[in-house]
Amino acid sequence: MRRTVIIDPVTRANNQGRIEVVIEGGRVVDCRSSCFFFRGFEVMLEGRDPRDAPYFTERICGICSAAHATAAAFALENLAGVRPPRNGNILRNLILAADTLQNHIRHFYVLAVPDYVAMPEKPPFTPRYRRGYRLPAGVNARMIEHYFAALDVSRAAHEMVTALGGKAPFGHGIVAGGATVPPDAAVVLELRSRLGKIREFVRGKMLPDAHAIAEAYPEYFELGKRSVRLLQFGLFPADPERREFHFPGMVVEEDRSREVDAASITEHVRHAYFEENGAPRAPGFARPEPRPGKPGGHSWIKAPRYEGKAFEGGPLARLWITGRYRRGVSAMDRILARAYETDLLCNLMEQWLEELEPDRPVFIPFEVPKEGEGLGLTGSMRGNLLHFMRVERGRISRYDIITPSAWHFSPRDDLGRPGPVEEALLGTPVETPEEPVEVGRIVRSFDPCYACATHVMVGGRKVREFIV
Amino acid sequence: MTAREKILWLVTNSCLGDTVSFLNSSHPNYRQLIEEFFELCYNNFLSSAEGERAAEILSALAAGPSDAFTLVVEGTVPSAAEGLYCVLGYRRGRPWTALEAVRELAGKARYVVAAGTCAAFGGPYAAHPNPTGSLPVSKVVRRRVINVPGCPVHPDWLAGTLYHLARYGEPRLDEYNRPVLYFGETVHDRCERRHYFESGIFAREPGEPWCMYKIGCKGPVTHADCPVRQWSGEHTSWPVGANTPCIGCTSPEFPDGVAPFFEHLPDIGTPAVKVTANRVGLLTGAATALGIGAHLAANILSGRLAYTIRRGLGAAKKPASLLQKSHRRKVKQRDGKCAGP
Repeated sequence: MRRTVIIDPVTRANNQGRIEVVIEGGRVVDCRSSCFFFRGFEVMLEGRDPRDAPYFTERICGICSAAHATAAAFALENLAGVRPPRNGNILRNLILAADTLQNHIRHFYVLAVPDYVAMPEKPPFTPRYRRGYRLPAGVNARMIEHYFAALDVSRAAHEMVTALGGKAPFGHGIVAGGATVPPDAAVVLELRSRLGKIREFVRGKMLPDAHAIAEAYPEYFELGKRSVRLLQFGLFPADPERREFHFPGMVVEEDRSREVDAASITEHVRHAYFEENGAPRAPGFARPEPRPGKPGGHSWIKAPRYEGKAFEGGPLARLWITGRYRRGVSAMDRILARAYETDLLCNLMEQWLEELEPDRPVFIPFEVPKEGEGLGLTGSMRGNLLHFMRVERGRISRYDIITPSAWHFSPRDDLGRPGPVEEALLGTPVETPEEPVEVGRIVRSFDPCYACATHVMVGGRKVREFIV
Repeated sequence: MTAREKILWLVTNSCLGDTVSFLNSSHPNYRQLIEEFFELCYNNFLSSAEGERAAEILSALAAGPSDAFTLVVEGTVPSAAEGLYCVLGYRRGRPWTALEAVRELAGKARYVVAAGTCAAFGGPYAAHPNPTGSLPVSKVVRRRVINVPGCPVHPDWLAGTLYHLARYGEPRLDEYNRPVLYFGETVHDRCERRHYFESGIFAREPGEPWCMYKIGCKGPVTHADCPVRQWSGEHTSWPVGANTPCIGCTSPEFPDGVAPFFEHLPDIGTPAVKVTANRVGLLTGAATALGIGAHLAANILSGRLAYTIRRGLGAAKKPASLLQKSHRRKVKQRDGKCAGP
């Protein structure tokens, strides 16, 4: 029997999306990933002061704001030909890493855990699905305690962002030209103390909890699978010049890997609510107008592709590229890789705190050129982030953003080929269509951020000259 | 408190930053908030329910008795394209837009609270040229909306306002329907670096420990208690404490009226965008015209305004007109007697 199951809204994601699956013979034979809200950030950026871009684009996303600030600062620095001082680079890495700790801990406990753990029988945990929870009672109860503890720990991660940027989310600490809080002993000591507590939680609670879930739900190493097609932009520059990254950028296809070339990125809009003008575009080539309710469209997310193919980024891609985790590409692999990366980040941050030099500059003043273009690429919590900025007469005249969740949650491309989440869902066995727990678990393994995915308006011209 | 007030938290066109910020609450923390003080019926980031089960929570509250819950809205409500820029789910086979959902649920709610600057005033998601026709909640419902702005909202501001509503009823509000408890005075009035301002010691770039006024601080025209409350849930620091300007995120004119963020005199005409004085708004329009000279007047004025509001001495006047008037007064005073409040 053929049957269509719609999950709308997909909750426990950053803002909400929609997944439609067609089930036949107990398996998903077709699916569509969609999203139904739209904001138009790139248009709003036109005419603004280029220095405002980091703070303004942070407002795209409440859970990964530091990533947008970073990409915008990179774009403006590339445009102006400046680089931050050594301290500035380290401090910005610390801010983005602390925001990532916050994101990973909240993703695991607040968004993913309720798929596997029977949460308390009261709102906001009810109503919920009744089947599919199989952790032993004691483990289940322990994880509920950790769920609430995780909220206090993730707040501590945001307090680190606050210490270096005045507030979180939307901290002020990442600006083009560097950072803003000098790393004196008081600041470094406070950060080390907070980091130590977070690390204790990650090692003592989060990693064992991730293992417990993996052990109880081993079939998820076989579900949500995709072929190995991973893409990652560089994350955390190892030097202010951004020659090396702690997590280097790379394209991986099965056993072949190569450098990232931004000119190979195109965006498809046939199945998105945008006017279609000819072939798929490179970011910054033309400016399709939004067209709500377009026939054949089913999403506000466009379909970014690399060399015409769907790629996946995020913690699993980063650990794969650096050779730290290569078990497979499945729902549970994504969850485990995110937990391992959280632990890894604690170590890196400890090292960066050691490298800070008190009384050395954190910011370099610079003139914003009246004309020019800048591309900012960075890895982020859940994948890859691209900001492109063109400045004319001292003002932003075009801005492009391609977010991680646009890659993951994209609809079909112009040739009808599925996006990564759609690929991951095809073939999934669904036991009870009334309670499609399998679908939600796979979707959430990507750490969905619909808020990021749907801001997009393409504009500007080709970015061919930028090779990463 | 006897029964815990039910909270329905609707996320419309939003980045979810206000939910994330609310989770940063420390006293009370999230567990206390949902177990001791409130009953959180629904929030799309936090609820276990998905799909139909989630939609049913909203439908049930919409069909249920009046005054049974407090509605919190986070995000703007898009009005262009019949609301199709934000769809919250499907109902009776057709898209249920945020516009319809907010109107319907606000009609049933005991109180309506706009959390964050987008819901309160339009904020970043209604920024020029506002492609989605985004409106603040107060423009789409026919009832009083309690505005708790901030980009994001401070967890204390929201938790405290919700507690006030549940326990003591409506708090005293300023002319923008913001609780006076948190928004009664300007950032400038309570700034820890005020003495540098008075002494004329100004930072020239971000990262310097002096007054941020000349690199764009909007503290003088921004009502919020950030300098004394501090961010985030654990009160660690705040933007000026991090050696950066306040960008006025609790203001009705945020972000257009307070941009560029690093300029203390917002320039309005740009090659790509024509922004009229009306669009840019009263507050900084006035500040632009008057510049730093008027700034002192503004700050004396805002002190008076705060006193007026806090003491409840009648309705406050529009800050912009007051600003200009006070500037005139100040000029007169300069001729004759001593200036000052």
